[in-house]
Amino acid sequence: MNPVNYLYLAALLFTIGATGVLIRRNAIVVFMCIELMLNACNLAFVAFSRMHGNLDGQIIAFFTMVVAAAEVVVGLAIIVSLFRTRHSASVDDASLMKL
Amino acid sequence: MSGQLAAYTTSTGEAFQFWVLGTVAVIGALCTVFMKKAVHSALCLAGTMIVLAVFYLANGAYFLGIVQIVVYTGAIMMLFLFVVMLVGVTAADSLRETIRGQRWLALLCGLGFGILLMGGIGHASIKEFNGLTQANANGNVEGLAALIFTKYVFAFEITGALLITAAVGAMVLTHRERTERARTQRELAEQRVREGKHLPPLPAPGVYARHNAVDIAGLLPDGTPSELTVNKTLRERGQIRDVSAEALNDLRALEQRAEERLERTAIDPVNVKRAEEASK
Amino acid sequence: MENLIALLIAAPLLGAAVLLCGGRRLDAVGHWIGTVLAAVSFVIGVVLFADLLGRSADDRTLTQHLWSWIPVEGFKADVAFQLDQLSMTFVLLITGVGSLIHLYSVGYMEHDERRRRFFGYLNLFLAAMLLLVLADNYLLLYVGWEGVGLASYLLIGFWQHKPSAATAAKKAFLVNRVGDMGLSIAVMLMFTTFGTFAFAPLLGTQEEPGIAGDASEGTLTGIALLLLLAACGKSAQVPLQSWLGDAMEGPTPVSALIHAATMVTAGVYLIVRSGAIFNAAPDAQLVVTVVGAVTLLFGAIVGCAKDDIKKALAGSTMSQIGYMVLAAGLGPIGYVWAIMHLVTHGFFKAGLFLGAGSVMHGMNDEVDMRRYGGLRKYMPITFVTFGLGYLAIIGFPGLSGFFSKDKIIEAAFAKGGTEGWILGGAALLGAAITAYYMTRVMLMTFFGEKRWQPDADGHEPHPHESPRSMTIPMIVLAFGSVFAGAFFTIGDRFLNWLEPVTGDDHGHSPLSATTVTLATMVVLVVGVAIAYGQYGRRPVPVVAPRGSMLTRAARRDLLQDDFNHVVLVRGGEHLTRSLVYVDHTLVDGVVNGTAASVGGLSGRMRRVQNGFVRSYAVSMFGGAAILIAATLLMRAV
Repeated sequence: MNPVNYLYLAALLFTIGATGVLIRRNAIVVFMCIELMLNACNLAFVAFSRMHGNLDGQIIAFFTMVVAAAEVVVGLAIIVSLFRTRHSASVDDASLMKL
Repeated sequence: MSGQLAAYTTSTGEAFQFWVLGTVAVIGALCTVFMKKAVHSALCLAGTMIVLAVFYLANGAYFLGIVQIVVYTGAIMMLFLFVVMLVGVTAADSLRETIRGQRWLALLCGLGFGILLMGGIGHASIKEFNGLTQANANGNVEGLAALIFTKYVFAFEITGALLITAAVGAMVLTHRERTERARTQRELAEQRVREGKHLPPLPAPGVYARHNAVDIAGLLPDGTPSELTVNKTLRERGQIRDVSAEALNDLRALEQRAEERLERTAIDPVNVKRAEEASK
Repeated sequence: MENLIALLIAAPLLGAAVLLCGGRRLDAVGHWIGTVLAAVSFVIGVVLFADLLGRSADDRTLTQHLWSWIPVEGFKADVAFQLDQLSMTFVLLITGVGSLIHLYSVGYMEHDERRRRFFGYLNLFLAAMLLLVLADNYLLLYVGWEGVGLASYLLIGFWQHKPSAATAAKKAFLVNRVGDMGLSIAVMLMFTTFGTFAFAPLLGTQEEPGIAGDASEGTLTGIALLLLLAACGKSAQVPLQSWLGDAMEGPTPVSALIHAATMVTAGVYLIVRSGAIFNAAPDAQLVVTVVGAVTLLFGAIVGCAKDDIKKALAGSTMSQIGYMVLAAGLGPIGYVWAIMHLVTHGFFKAGLFLGAGSVMHGMNDEVDMRRYGGLRKYMPITFVTFGLGYLAIIGFPGLSGFFSKDKIIEAAFAKGGTEGWILGGAALLGAAITAYYMTRVMLMTFFGEKRWQPDADGHEPHPHESPRSMTIPMIVLAFGSVFAGAFFTIGDRFLNWLEPVTGDDHGHSPLSATTVTLATMVVLVVGVAIAYGQYGRRPVPVVAPRGSMLTRAARRDLLQDDFNHVVLVRGGEHLTRSLVYVDHTLVDGVVNGTAASVGGLSGRMRRVQNGFVRSYAVSMFGGAAILIAATLLMRAV
């Protein structure tokens, strides 16, 4: 087996996550899907790191995790405050931008 | 295997692990997307992440594998679950699409995107890889540390600032400013008197001697359940268990069994009454 | 000496400014200020004339550069003046006759409470006309040209409380606009063709021709025809003649000023000044002669039928200007005679108009000649001066009209060929008709028995001689009418004076000068005899008889207004209506259709912006997919 397979898996997971973002309406699930996409990227980075034989890919994955953590914290806070004002966690309810 | 010698294949064990766990990961991802309840989605996602952590380990990223388990599955997914609980585990998300054509467009885009991405990877035709033996020679954590504190030190510092900002941001976003003074207990009591209802504390739930769970409404003297006794949240979710009829059903079942045992065909109500009087 | 040129214009301009801005304080002396400033201008003109006479014939062009008006790279317009023999002639005519008319107006407008304003307008008129004849380039000439139009508008409509006067002023202004447009386009065309519109480089001198001849004949014909259009507007030539008759609504001195000294002569000046252009465009010259000949007969016929003394004279003016335009169209053969007739006409026509004004003054502003009759006993001075003007205009031997008109007829024959015969014949016929209608005016006004009646208010007119301020100008003008022609002709004074500017050419006349003179005398006698037979021997009916069809048509100015109404007004209305239709359906259709389609399209596009984050995310995702596809494609290629 070639480690390239990890890349295929990462691409598959990323696509599933992206589709989930588009399909689901519950903001929390949408967020989970985003996390899935980030993890898929991380997997790709780790696989690249192995293929290239240096650790920079892992470093990037590490930073991605940190940023994802920060993003989750802020994103969930947003969801909580959104829920508090709208009593709903559906992203479709926040559609005030339309005419 | 000497340091820079390129490898063409991995061990059979890893291949086996990849195919098994990879399937699990994909199934977990799909379940994340398609599960109706957010809690289930979160659990499936956690499973996928653990699988990914194993893959990290298999790819020589030992530090990241552990971090993935500790930070992602341990902390972030727990945060998700907390929020799911906080926001309310609304019975289930309707999966019915409200935006016309959204689902088809999304699937089309996803399909196209995935095919293109994979086509791109396949196009790259990577035949060999270097492996991390040399990079991990002094230990994976040491190697990462050496990079983080030298080459990536500024990025590292900046992520620190980012984390602090995120923490502050979360507090700012969830902080609720009181727009009016909280009412004291006395004021609440006075309000109840003014409105003329429930002067005493609300009745407790449960049917004593039989049930004492919080989701069981207490019975009124005529045997009907009182919703007042149940917590408001449960009431709104419709999670009240009605046990008002249980006692009578139990009694009826008992009598049925007694008759069967005594081989009586029917209960004569007159006899019963007489028997009762006689017992007095 | 050159520096005096600007003063010529400045004096009346100052008068206009002072009188129009001065307010009521100047009511008492305003008319004298105006008259004195006009006279000052005349005196300056005389001084300059004396200076020019003192120079040799080749050195009689003075120029004065005041300032650069539009100093743009590639487009240079200066406020500069050029005084040569031609301008000088006009300056003397304008200021001289103009001053006399000012003097006359002092008496004529005595009872008008807006007299100060009237004199302000008169001065403005003089200033504009002087600017016109003194400008050294076409653009500045155009300024004067428009100034004349403005002043004529103000003066014709001076009695604006009369709707007819207001309408007449508007009509004059609008008809003039047509001509003005011709001039402005001509100036633009000149600039694009030659890069300049200054006289000196454009027209050159007799010895060194200017660059005007360098252009193609087609361009020159175009410019010349546009200049002719301008001249037609100002000089009331067919087809832009219709304003002149209505312009009689203005006070009589205005009519005199317009007809004798200022406005209508501008067209002749323009043609003669642009001689270099016309000489190079024979087709345009032919058109000019045709316009002149037609107008000559047109005006004469109209003059025969009018019972209004001023309108009869207006027809006469049109006819006489027609003579001048005809002569100007003949080229160097006729330029000098056109100008000479213009000057003599200035004298006798001003005299005739002032005489008519004097008659009206004594007759309670009655203008219908059928209600005059026998006035020679009541107004002897007016009778004599008017009579001398009459003799001059019909070309009585020895008087000024005789010399100038005779020369024009001669020149028309000298044109040669069939054209010469036709033009000469028309001019001769015109002379006969002139004799007829002027005799008619004379007989109806001053001879026969009195026919006046009390007017609507019951006031019996008391014909009386006019005051001194009115008669003196008439007497002076009568002197001019009598002697100017002879003075100019004897020793070819006028020819020698103007020849350096206009050139000279005798042509090849099929008839000798004597023959032409004799023929003129014959038609003159015939015309007078017919008129005497109709109006002298029989009493004139107070109510005009129905008359022949021609008479009736002539009374209506030969249907000029009906023609304009049917062809221009109705046609214009139809054109406008169809354009409006096209505008509504086609233009608005295109515009509104575009707007509607854009609106409809955006209405549909708007649905894309449904506000749902997920829809936007789909487009982002699709975009990302497309980007990847593009990248792969580029890689593949």
